[in-house]
Amino acid sequence: MKVVIDGELCQGQGRCFSIAPSLFGFDDLGDGVVLGDGTLTAETLDLARLAQANCPEHAIFIEESS
Amino acid sequence: MSLDELKAPVTDFATDWDHTDPAWVHDPYPIWEKLRTSCPVAHTDRYGGAWFPTTHQMVSDVANDTEHFTSRLVVITNNKYPPNAEAPIGGAPPITSDPPFHQFARRVILPAFAPGPVNALEDQVRALCRKHLDTVAGEDAFDAGLRYAQYISPGVISKMLGFPEADEELFRDFVHLVLDLVDLPIHERGPLFVPMAEYFSAQIEDHLAHPRDDLTNYLLHVEFNGERLSMEHVRGTMVLVLVAGIDTTWSAIGSALWHLAHHPSDLARLVAEPELMPVAVEEFLRFYAPVTMARLVKDDFDFYGWPMKKDDWVLLGFPAANRDPEMFSDADTFVIDRALNRHAAFGLGIHRCIGSNLARMELRVALEEFIARFPKFELTDPTAVTWAPGQVRGPRSIPVRVVA
Ligand code: HEM
Repeated sequence: MKVVIDGELCQGQGRCFSIAPSLFGFDDLGDGVVLGDGTLTAETLDLARLAQANCPEHAIFIEESS
Repeated sequence: MSLDELKAPVTDFATDWDHTDPAWVHDPYPIWEKLRTSCPVAHTDRYGGAWFPTTHQMVSDVANDTEHFTSRLVVITNNKYPPNAEAPIGGAPPITSDPPFHQFARRVILPAFAPGPVNALEDQVRALCRKHLDTVAGEDAFDAGLRYAQYISPGVISKMLGFPEADEELFRDFVHLVLDLVDLPIHERGPLFVPMAEYFSAQIEDHLAHPRDDLTNYLLHVEFNGERLSMEHVRGTMVLVLVAGIDTTWSAIGSALWHLAHHPSDLARLVAEPELMPVAVEEFLRFYAPVTMARLVKDDFDFYGWPMKKDDWVLLGFPAANRDPEMFSDADTFVIDRALNRHAAFGLGIHRCIGSNLARMELRVALEEFIARFPKFELTDPTAVTWAPGQVRGPRSIPVRVVA
């Protein structure tokens, strides 16, 4: 599983990087960015889902990685 | 004669709402709840015609629809046609700007408010909070609004813009004029803006004569494609940052203190579990969202069947969206550890509050410092609490007693 942020939808609300600083950071304009390649483990999946469920812009997606 | 005497009181909020009506100012939530279940798009002929959609879905739709709605004016007054409010730039970019100019105007100031620079201000904010708490030290009872909440955000913003700290009182007057005195006739409201315009001119001149490292200086000198910003752009953004940065955060801090002053179990929990603060801050923002914005309808357009006309106002109720039970379980209950909280206090879409990182940090630090100093306090007189009218809502006077 992989977490991604849709840069078109992200408006820099800042919820992801405060809820899950181990998974998300921010760029110079304050938009959220996925740290590393976004691969989720059994331990980090729930955290990613929590961030996803709190994103006001619905900009976070969790994908099955092939 | 006061404003209230001039106006007819509202008897039906579905067909004649007024966001400055005393009932709405005092407690808008039951009014919104009723409209949401029975209406859910209210209308009024006041202010030259205005709509008020009350569901989260509709608020989100309006905020994300820049085809049909313009941000040319975002504060409802009796004047839809001030000469300085030409789209797509507007009087206070980026909040009054529409695409494509909006993106540029936003890009100009985003870096200053990104988490990096904002986090670097935390120690200063903490020192400011402590300074104001020192002034009430030893008092058994004091006004947490007038002696504390109202000082934090002006102190931070005047420092960012590089304005003298001693001018804070003036800033509160400016904010009051822009956001509260919205119901005056045009010929009375217009002249009130002269002192504010003169103040900003003087600050700009002073910064040009004595350049220094602050946001005003940045706006005056920054270049994009070899060009500086126009003077109107610089001035408009300065006014925006001052107005948007002060009343909003002050209201949020005030509402949170007011809540804690009459919810002792929430106060006790925050004192016992400081790590809960960031989650609690989001719930304070959801439940007491202070900021309602507005749009103007661009051209005649049917919104879910409601016949909106060109230049009608639309009140964009982020605070109402935050109480929609379709979106939040127990929407009208304050849940201090609410884990799922997709609130819209900072707006939705391209105009998302640029100051959101700063506002969150100020709110968190102001609360941390207050409860560290006063782990137990309560309202002395709940009826003495007064609320600001208009589109930014928060308690002004919050009389509290320190409990031993
Ligand atoms: C708790 C405090 C605050 C709340 C609830 C709040 C809320 C909002 C909301 C709802 C919007 C969206 C406006 C719209 O859609 O038309 C907005 C925009 C804005 N806010 Fe805030 N705000 C707060 C504090 C601040 C602070 C501290 C600043 C800093 C200077 C600030 C600066 C701005 C700016 C510049 C915009 C315009 C963004 C744009 O149009 O792209 N706000 N705010």
